[in-house]
Amino acid sequence: MVQTLTNKRGAKSAARSFDVERVRADFPILKEKVHGKPLVYLDNAATTQKPQTVIDAILRYYTSECANVHRGVHVLSERATLDYEGARNKVRRFLNAELDREIIFVRGATEGINLVAASYGRKFVHAGDEILITALEHHSNIVPWQLLCESQAAHLRVVPIDDRGEVMLEEFDRLLGPRTRLVAVAHVSNSLGTVVPLSHIISSAHQIGVPVLVDGAQATAHFPIDVRALDADFYVLSGHKMFGPTGIGVLYGKARLLEQMPPYQGGGDMIRTVSFEKTTYNDLPYRFEAGTPHVEGVIGLGAAVDYLMSVDLGAAAVYEQELLRYGTEALSKVPGLRLIGTASEKAGVLSFILDGIHPHDIGTILDREGIAIRAGHHCAMPVMQRFNVPATARASLALYNTHEDIDALVRGLVRVREVFA
Amino acid sequence: MSFDPDLRDLYQNVILDHHKKPRNFHKVADANRSAEGYNPLCGDKVSVYVKMEGDLIKDIGFVGSGCAISTAAASMMTESLKGKTRAQADALFEQFHEFVTRAVEAEGEKGRRGEGENEGDVRLGKLAAFGGVREFPIRIKCATLPWHTLQAALKGKDTTVSTE
Repeated sequence: MVQTLTNKRGAKSAARSFDVERVRADFPILKEKVHGKPLVYLDNAATTQKPQTVIDAILRYYTSECANVHRGVHVLSERATLDYEGARNKVRRFLNAELDREIIFVRGATEGINLVAASYGRKFVHAGDEILITALEHHSNIVPWQLLCESQAAHLRVVPIDDRGEVMLEEFDRLLGPRTRLVAVAHVSNSLGTVVPLSHIISSAHQIGVPVLVDGAQATAHFPIDVRALDADFYVLSGHKMFGPTGIGVLYGKARLLEQMPPYQGGGDMIRTVSFEKTTYNDLPYRFEAGTPHVEGVIGLGAAVDYLMSVDLGAAAVYEQELLRYGTEALSKVPGLRLIGTASEKAGVLSFILDGIHPHDIGTILDREGIAIRAGHHCAMPVMQRFNVPATARASLALYNTHEDIDALVRGLVRVREVFA
Repeated sequence: MSFDPDLRDLYQNVILDHHKKPRNFHKVADANRSAEGYNPLCGDKVSVYVKMEGDLIKDIGFVGSGCAISTAAASMMTESLKGKTRAQADALFEQFHEFVTRAVEAEGEKGRRGEGENEGDVRLGKLAAFGGVREFPIRIKCATLPWHTLQAALKGKDTTVSTE
């Protein structure tokens, strides 16, 4: 995991073995110019760019195997089904899950969380029960639980974060209790970059028999994930945040839990037999995949997973950690800049504010320099309230970013200050 | 240092000045109309307070937090509306809105519309500084947020206006 990869000596050799220029050549969009300047893409927490192999896989599906899956007797359907189920197997290996049927294709991390809230939640959460989340969650890991709590007369409990943006574990221990039915927590915060100490959270929860859902949307592009080593009960991810297409994501769930859960949506593919008197449901994973799925999305996600496995995500993680350290240091030297989110363990995110200059203005001026960042509340309004800022500017990294990208950002920020001088 | 000319147009000196020193940046103690505006995209918030005397905007102020464009837009809006009638305020809003949302190619037609409308004969004046937002479509809402909020206040809608 990150901790072990960032050992100093290992870090240096791994960083050397990672060839960022080769990686950059795989992403055609990085050759684009924006306002006449080379694109500096630092909005990876919003979405990552796609390598040629992912684009080609989608093209290939539409040019030579477009068909519905799990239905046809003809050759195209056979090819499409093979690729579709092949992608499930790739994702299974990528997450080091035990079984292919533990991999459910959904629209994204958001739908994965909604699925668990609607299905697991309505069955196992009752009046007076509690769902435990943290104060650094994305809205997608807050609102589904609020909806569940509303429908079940349950309560949402929130573990606070400290001034560095770290989850306060002693508060977690205090709030985890006999009424807790589920813990839902981000692996990496999208607005602060904090890597959440899952081992403590998951082992404490398991000690009292409480399952844990991990929102991995911001983690999968940055370091290897092993759901069995984590012992996560549910793990959700979004394809487009890990170099795959939009509109596709994954819910991983332990088979033992998924098997106890009622269907989330009804329709084709999720049934075994249908009559007007009684319908019986299909097995995992199809029980949770109603309707014609996002076939090209799944195939594209499979290609993204292939890409990540080919790149050596461990070496990439070390490289990115070095880049993050470089960026943190460089930004700290910009006059009037304050970093929001300074956890001891972070991944990918540099959130900041500039004295007297609103993030939205920063974003507009940087854009004219060809630099793409995000400005706003990052769908984490409670985090903004916690740090008493209306919004932040956020530069977020991926494995194709370079030290030059950081230098361009710093030059851009100097320009921002000049406009407002 | 040479700047992108579009950026120069967006961040004109008068806008930067109103951003740094917003005018009428306070609650109006005896306001009888108010509304809150919100841009969920960037988190900009503005509350507009108006004291109407009959048909007249006797006093107007605002508080909130936002980008340079929305802060300056609110500040300059309050300056240009103090002492105006409700009808004049409506007309100016319409002119301003059309001015900042009009396609750049149509600029030649500037000022044609509104002429001859009885109470719409309020000139944009300094507000023309916001013409630069047309090159930045995503920022148009920053400029119009305070105006939409004012409209809500004048109509007596006691709700939060959203740009979305």
